[in-house]
Amino acid sequence: MGGADEVEIVAYPNGPFLVRGPISLTNPDGEELPRDRRTIALCRCGKSVIKPFCDGTHKIIGFRTEPEPRAD
Amino acid sequence: MTATQPRGQIVTQFPMPLPAARGAASELALAILTGAREPRELVPIVDSAIASSPDVISDDDLQLTLFCLYELHYGGIIGADDALEWNAELIAARTLIETALEAALRERVVVPDAPEPQADAVSAALFELTAADTGPSLSRYIARKASFEEVQEFLVHRSIYTLKEADPHSWAVPRLSGRPKAALVEIQSDEYGEGRPHRMHSAIFAGTVRAAGLDSAYGTYVDLVPAITLASVNMMTMFGLHRRLRGAIVGHLAAFEMTSSIPNRFYGDGFRRLGFDSDATWYFDEHVEADAVHEQIAGRDLAGGLAEAEPELLNDILFGAAACLAVDGWAGEYLLSNWAEGESSLRHPLFEVVDA
Repeated sequence: MGGADEVEIVAYPNGPFLVRGPISLTNPDGEELPRDRRTIALCRCGKSVIKPFCDGTHKIIGFRTEPEPRAD
Repeated sequence: MTATQPRGQIVTQFPMPLPAARGAASELALAILTGAREPRELVPIVDSAIASSPDVISDDDLQLTLFCLYELHYGGIIGADDALEWNAELIAARTLIETALEAALRERVVVPDAPEPQADAVSAALFELTAADTGPSLSRYIARKASFEEVQEFLVHRSIYTLKEADPHSWAVPRLSGRPKAALVEIQSDEYGEGRPHRMHSAIFAGTVRAAGLDSAYGTYVDLVPAITLASVNMMTMFGLHRRLRGAIVGHLAAFEMTSSIPNRFYGDGFRRLGFDSDATWYFDEHVEADAVHEQIAGRDLAGGLAEAEPELLNDILFGAAACLAVDGWAGEYLLSNWAEGESSLRHPLFEVVDA
């Protein structure tokens, strides 16, 4: 694993992206969005009411992702 | 997201007040804790209390006894001798209640069929189990209908666990290793505020309790809550304190997180409907976002990771998850059925305590 400055984005099946590491999360004007925790979940289904963060709505709407391609 | 983040307060908790006995076993246990009786007296009394109890899960006397014995391992009880935490005779009495409680849970909780002990499959099975949890919805009732007095009662019930939120699952940290350990610590770190004590979830909850005109000191309301509320917390502690049950505490946390983000949105809606401000709803709003993160980590990395590392624990992972849903469902049903009858869900009126 890399150092503390390494960014990791994990695509969880049928759910959000979990993001760890020192990213800059901004609006289109470059203003930082409030980020209250080290590990954040970004909405992938488009239906969260707290976008860009996930609020679990993907479970209600039955959001399904395709299996992620394997690196090997 | 709220535009202005409430600041929150650092909350320091102290030993809980000595509760009132609810029967022969708890009366003796409390007398032993305060030095009036001898620890060796407890086993036979607990033994006969279990033998004559129709249902240990809803038995006020036994659940309070277990709760008090467990509390010695948490923040302590005013007037209780701290050295009794590891008293062998009290542990023996505790073991009798734990054995009966675990047997009752294993008998009554329906555990789903086990998937392959593989992270993807375990996570999917847990999400399926928690999505199928269709009991009467406390969160929807709070969102749409609950009165101010009912949400106060809701907070009283929740205060028994939530003022020490996350602590029962922390017992599991040294019992895990590798991927599930890293996952649990990542979740718990967030629960405990990531080094910022005013952001600790238990501290944020204390703010909600105070906003409702209630006392946020740990254990203030133990006397008011029924056995099923105590049983829900006792179950977590039992799963957490026994290394043998590390699968169950992991499954419990996964199910707890997976049934949190959406209900907390409803709780927040209900409190807003009743006029609570954003400081008061911060706890619920925080959990919408936090538990959407936690449920993914808990399902795949914690529960799934543990199932891959120790496949023989898979059934206990599922048992812990199903037990979380069942017991919390019974507790929620208790509140809703009392409210439907126009009754309080508490053992004594709340105002007597508030006015004291």
